[in-house]
Amino acid sequence: MWQVYFKELLELARDKKTLFFIIALPIIIFPVLFGFMALVIVNVAIDEQKKVLDYAIINGDKAPEFNQAMIYHRDFKKVDLEFIDEQAIHDAISTNKVNLVLKIPDDFSLLSTKEKQAHWVIYFNNASQMNSVKQKVNKVFDTYVKDLRLEHLAELGLSIEKYELLKTPIKLESIDTADQRENFGEKVGGFIPYMLIILCLTGAMYPAIDLGAGEKERGTLETLLLTPIARLSLVLGKFLTIMTTSITTALITVSSLVFWSYLIGKITEVKQVSEIMAAVGLADVILMVLMLVPISAIFAALVLAISIYARSYKEAQNYMGPLTMVTFMPVMVVMLPGISLDSFWAFVPVSNVALAIKEILKGTIEASTVFYIFSSTAVFALFALWFCSHWFKKEAVLFR
Amino acid sequence: MLEISNLSKTFKLSKEAKKQLRQTSQDVRHQGNSFKALSDVSFSCSAGQVLGLLGPNGAGKTTTLRILASSILPDSGQILINGENVLHKSILAKRKIGFLSSKTGLYARLTAQENIEYFAKLHGMSKKAIAEQGALLYQQLGIEDYLHRRIDTLSSGMHQKVSIARAVIHQPDVLVLDEPTTGLDIMATETILNFIQQQKELGRPVIFSTHHMDEVSYLADKVAIIDQGRTCFEGSIHSLQEQTHADDLRAAFMAVLTSNKEVA
Repeated sequence: MWQVYFKELLELARDKKTLFFIIALPIIIFPVLFGFMALVIVNVAIDEQKKVLDYAIINGDKAPEFNQAMIYHRDFKKVDLEFIDEQAIHDAISTNKVNLVLKIPDDFSLLSTKEKQAHWVIYFNNASQMNSVKQKVNKVFDTYVKDLRLEHLAELGLSIEKYELLKTPIKLESIDTADQRENFGEKVGGFIPYMLIILCLTGAMYPAIDLGAGEKERGTLETLLLTPIARLSLVLGKFLTIMTTSITTALITVSSLVFWSYLIGKITEVKQVSEIMAAVGLADVILMVLMLVPISAIFAALVLAISIYARSYKEAQNYMGPLTMVTFMPVMVVMLPGISLDSFWAFVPVSNVALAIKEILKGTIEASTVFYIFSSTAVFALFALWFCSHWFKKEAVLFR
Repeated sequence: MLEISNLSKTFKLSKEAKKQLRQTSQDVRHQGNSFKALSDVSFSCSAGQVLGLLGPNGAGKTTTLRILASSILPDSGQILINGENVLHKSILAKRKIGFLSSKTGLYARLTAQENIEYFAKLHGMSKKAIAEQGALLYQQLGIEDYLHRRIDTLSSGMHQKVSIARAVIHQPDVLVLDEPTTGLDIMATETILNFIQQQKELGRPVIFSTHHMDEVSYLADKVAIIDQGRTCFEGSIHSLQEQTHADDLRAAFMAVLTSNKEVA
């Protein structure tokens, strides 16, 4: 078994494709991709902030202070346009003549605001994901409304404190009993097991195809079957190789992400990142890796069984697609709101490990739960391995 | 000495295979969901003898050799190597047999030496035995210069030499070759034929299946002809030609097949 294991590892280590998928992709490609995405988003956000907005105002003369504030604000450039109806406003925005139109009612005056609430309208296209129109207008508008409010309060002989008291007689304060780590675990705890489990699967797939269907296609499997090695030893050697690559892929990716998160946290001086990372200790990381062992074993056995059934590399790749879909479902469940680790989910393969990792990240996992999940997943993994071994002994599978 | 008697093997057919069989042939061995690949195959090969296993495509040669190599199990029959029945002792059978085909079955990303040593280890050989036997073989086959080169950088002739070393490193009692020269160039073919000759001189029984009659004429001491899953002739080339009144091996072979079809 170990001879097969070490030989398979040596061969995989000399395969550029395997090295790319297991080592280069997680170490270099993922951070580069994420970094590039972050760079693009930041640049778009900066451009949006710097952008000077063309605007038109209807009845600007009714609110001269506001009108002046807009004219002299660096974020805005006034465009003189006349609108005969509302459709003309929509047309002006859709044809990019202006970015926004502000409509002050015909009957608006400062005096009128003492008796009834005025109703101003801002027209703009809000379809873009990064849109700062309303935010920029609000800056000017809020200052104008605040001054107006102070004027009215002074006339009524009320202080701003009295106004706040009238507006909110009772303040309801909320105190979150969950610590920062628990909050972090709840918010991103669904994504991390999703990533880890899917990586375990993808880390198993390529080597499995190579070690099963690949060997069949190249004719080396038949030569291997001529040697006096027990079929079970052969299966175990290949199974352990796939399991190793599966866990290695997940570990390298996680290490890479932790490293890059730490680096970004340091560079950007975001305290929360380093605090959360300090809270998730070594014991938790070991526990997470431990949970991944039986899940990798299940994947290794399944993909090896599929691969050995396939007649060619291409056929094996075709069979892997549905397996990925089937794996996605129990992992996705974890991300649904209201799903937590209870006695039912503790025995659902894949979902239970995903939920356990989430609880580990939150720091709320119990030792007995870890034991149940590890045991039930290990039993399932053993069953998958038995099936794979049985499959390997069938002539109809090996010589299809 | 190798003795094979009354081998039979029936395969269950997949839907795909059934469809293909229905379209391509009217083989009487196809019955419902099964295909009787072998019904009665028997032959023997003594020490230092070369037996040419002949037969048309689909006759059952590869199935026979796969059973002989313990890759698959027969439904019935017997395989004796030096008087010992190895049929249900696959580990023992695999230790006693060296197998070679035109598909070299070498790992492209390993070096020639790594390939040979890997198979030697799987045969349970010690490091010392591998080193001693290896040194002898490398010299005999002239592969010392490229032992440390990866298989994917070697020519087909070099592949065949490494493959030979891989097949005999464990010093098997019997050598089995399944169409070893198919698709090979003249140089690689020559390497194989010389190797068979050497094995014969070493006193090993050699069984090789082929479609090349000239190779059989050149090397074989006797022939066994398999058609439609059964042995229809076993004996020397001379007796085959005598029995069929044919001038050469090709004509004798065709005569046996024709007469077998008439009987069937």
